[in-house]
Amino acid sequence: MTAATAVGLAVAWPLIAVVWITVFSKRPNLRETGILLTGGSLFAIVAGVILPEVQAGGRPRMDLLEVLPGLELAFEVEPLGMLFGLVASGLWIVTTFYSIGYMRGHHEENQTRFYICFALAISGALGVAFAANVFTLFVFYEFITLTTYPLVTHAGTEKARKAGRMYLGILMGTSIAFLLLALVWTWLATGTTDFRPGGILAGKVEGTQLMILLALYAFGTGKAALMPFHRWLPAAMVAPTPVSALLHAVAVVKAGVFTVLKVVFYVFGIDLLAFTDASRWLTWVAAFTIIAASCVALGKDNLKARLAYSTISQLSYIVLGAAFATTAGVMGGGMHIVMHAFGKITLFFCAGAIMVGAHKTEVSEMDGLGRRMPLTFGAFLLGSLSVIGLPPMGGSWSKWFLMLGAAEAEQWVMMLVLMASSLLSIGYLMPVVVRGFFRPAPVEDGHGDHGSSGFHEAPLLCVLPPVATALGGIVLFFYAGDIWQLLTGMVP
Amino acid sequence: MIDALWNLIGDDLPALQIAMPLLTATVCVIVRRPMLAWAVAMFNAWGAVVNASILLYRVWTRGTISYVEGGWPVPWGIELRIDLLNALVLLVVTSICAVVLVAVPRSIANEIPREKHYLFYATYLLCMTGLAGMTITGDAFNIFVFLEISSLSSYALISQGRTSRALTSAIQYLIMGTLGGTFILLGIGMLYMMTGTLNLVDMADQLALLGVNRTVLVAMACLGVGIGIKLAVFPLHTWLPNAYTYAPAVVTAFLAATATKVAYYVLVRFAFSVFRINLTLDGTHGGALLMTLGIAGMFAGSLVAIFQDNIKRMLAYSSVAQIGYMVVGLSLANEHGLTGGLVHVFNHAVTKCGLFLVLACVVLRMNSTRLSAFAGLGRRMPFTFAAFVLGGLSLIGVPLTVGFVSKWYLVLGALDAGLWPVAVLILLSSVLALIYIWRVVEVGYFTAPPEDADEVAEAPLSMLVSTWILIGGTLVFGVWTSLSAGVASAAARMLIGGVS
Repeated sequence: MTAATAVGLAVAWPLIAVVWITVFSKRPNLRETGILLTGGSLFAIVAGVILPEVQAGGRPRMDLLEVLPGLELAFEVEPLGMLFGLVASGLWIVTTFYSIGYMRGHHEENQTRFYICFALAISGALGVAFAANVFTLFVFYEFITLTTYPLVTHAGTEKARKAGRMYLGILMGTSIAFLLLALVWTWLATGTTDFRPGGILAGKVEGTQLMILLALYAFGTGKAALMPFHRWLPAAMVAPTPVSALLHAVAVVKAGVFTVLKVVFYVFGIDLLAFTDASRWLTWVAAFTIIAASCVALGKDNLKARLAYSTISQLSYIVLGAAFATTAGVMGGGMHIVMHAFGKITLFFCAGAIMVGAHKTEVSEMDGLGRRMPLTFGAFLLGSLSVIGLPPMGGSWSKWFLMLGAAEAEQWVMMLVLMASSLLSIGYLMPVVVRGFFRPAPVEDGHGDHGSSGFHEAPLLCVLPPVATALGGIVLFFYAGDIWQLLTGMVP
Repeated sequence: MIDALWNLIGDDLPALQIAMPLLTATVCVIVRRPMLAWAVAMFNAWGAVVNASILLYRVWTRGTISYVEGGWPVPWGIELRIDLLNALVLLVVTSICAVVLVAVPRSIANEIPREKHYLFYATYLLCMTGLAGMTITGDAFNIFVFLEISSLSSYALISQGRTSRALTSAIQYLIMGTLGGTFILLGIGMLYMMTGTLNLVDMADQLALLGVNRTVLVAMACLGVGIGIKLAVFPLHTWLPNAYTYAPAVVTAFLAATATKVAYYVLVRFAFSVFRINLTLDGTHGGALLMTLGIAGMFAGSLVAIFQDNIKRMLAYSSVAQIGYMVVGLSLANEHGLTGGLVHVFNHAVTKCGLFLVLACVVLRMNSTRLSAFAGLGRRMPFTFAAFVLGGLSLIGVPLTVGFVSKWYLVLGALDAGLWPVAVLILLSSVLALIYIWRVVEVGYFTAPPEDADEVAEAPLSMLVSTWILIGGTLVFGVWTSLSAGVASAAARMLIGGVS
């Protein structure tokens, strides 16, 4: 199998799982084995066939068809997309294990629909990752929105319905009103929407128009959750936790910031942006989002809501990296996609494990819980360290490179913003760990059937995945150099 | 044998397009048995699709076809003239006719007494005759004649609805439609007075020599208003919501996808071929006027649609908005804009006809098209409702559906003309479509049907087939655009090129 065919195959691969799930919907064990096998083989294709080619400097490409003149559905893998594809397909496996534990432990209904939509969303994420032009990216971007909608509204309650309305309204509304306009504009100005090293807009769009076009892309990508278009993300937390973990901490939201990175690097070109200073305003919007979302997170008692706002803040790190318009900034942003993915998915896994194992959702209820669920809370600690950006976790490296990007762009205020954000994230993440381990458990009022001593973890399938991703965070600390090496392939 | 047949009728294909439905309409009246009448109509309708496809292919490969009726030479005789523009419209009209006809027997069984069925088929074919005639004729007066044939038969079709409101709606449409027809006749009369010819091509040449004078301007205004009524341009659309809501379900599907589309074609024909664009749109501020009305229609239609409880009426208002898109495309008067308008004729016909057929399925099983009837429909009639969701996505303009193709060209046209606010408005009104479609989708999937509700079966196969042909079409033509966008852009080039 050549790498080029593997690219198209990888995007279509999750559809195998969809067929499998449909056929064996009545036999849960068989159904979920199929998903795991598909996930495993998908990762093997991405990491085993495509990755070596990209590492060697190749750009495996697959053209599907031309929908309209100059508008082509095509895939082409470059380092940034490679990285995103690896993260999405790799973490899908872990999340599937977790989903099995969670969905069964939580007695969720409509599991077949859940797994089908999940697989489709992964297919969409890979489509975004491997898109060769803005049009293809846009197609899969919308595909993700539509396939994740049933996941957000999974519970079918009035609350879920409202959340779904907000989700679809903001994500689709911004993408139609702004992103599509930007796409048409780009095509009209350049006659293509291809991603090309160095960008395609130089000499075609100038001055204030460049800033407006960038704004259309940045705000049109509602999945990047830049304020004021961030409200859909906390709303989406009504979904089952595996969805929040993989999709609303990794695949969906990263598809958003990935779009911003990709557009900045391959459509605008960082030289053009650095020269015209057209992205300076975006650093301020991103900085505001970073700080404001962190402050909101401090005040949230619901753990998932707190993590959601933390995600909003962390996503803007990546937008910030793009807005620096420096190589280190973009590469730091790319690296943060990976590092934050591992950190945040761990935290969400833990939140779900706490929900399944102890039926607790509010931070204030978690006193002493760490001693009953040491593995969960231990993983939570590691995940927190990664999100905060402390060694020995991978998160420290991406933050390091983002700082470097700020320095390269000589944006000293932004370095302060990054530091302040780290402090704030200590403020909203550490209390969970501190409460869990050091506060005494509340006195049970009579009917407590298990004492405060003794372990009472969630089912094994809910606990091992966060432990695995937390350890993955440590591994990434030591292998960050390889990721950096891969990303340097972006710069010709 | 085929060769012999070909030699016999090969050159008369344009005339068959009109003569066949006219003839088979009378056959329907003679045979009287409902299923036999249906078979006759089906034979005719699918034959017309084949015929229209051959004509389009010939026009595409060999250029404009001119058919002289009765051998009287142009400009004295009556000419049928088929170029890329009306070949595409003809294909749309005949295909919609044929596909809807598949669903007709099961649907009208519920709505129209059995003894009247043969008359229904006869009227349906008459309507088709009128629409096909308007589309391919090269003669101004003939346009009026065929317009009246199609209009009168559509009033009759609409009045067959189940409630008495169908009668009042038909009368409302009759009054508005007659007004429109009269304006058109006045306009044509004045043009005849000035040019002494009724042949459209000849008329255009004479007008070019003649230059502008007050009579020509008044003729233009009369035609604009008259066609505007038939096309249901905002604010002349008042007949449309009632007519669409109370007509039998299949009639709505048929008319929504054909009648207004043909009216749009006539508008384009007069604006670009007869008057020539620089006169119609620039000289009289007609472009600015049409653009304003189009945009107003886009928003008024969508906003009103959001608040409708009857989904059939909701889609009717959505049609007003979609007609607004087409009018805006025309008013941009550049290649991309006009392509957008023309391709939207094709795309909107496919989408809206599919959606109205979904409603035909719903009304058949639920006896209502109110929002409450959609409760839990996602589980009760999964195939029907999935078709609604896909059709809705196409109305919104999600990529890989036909709606996206239209929107792409329209936005491109607006940016090309340097009118970026128009581009923004086009996209914003798509977001309104998201709102009115999704409130139905939510009810279909999340609202439980009432406790005492009866079991509901999925729609009958014949209706599902024709619904899914169209809904499948929204996906196929959203990806494979050579037919729709390819012909539309070639036609737009021809029209714009003919002007400068």
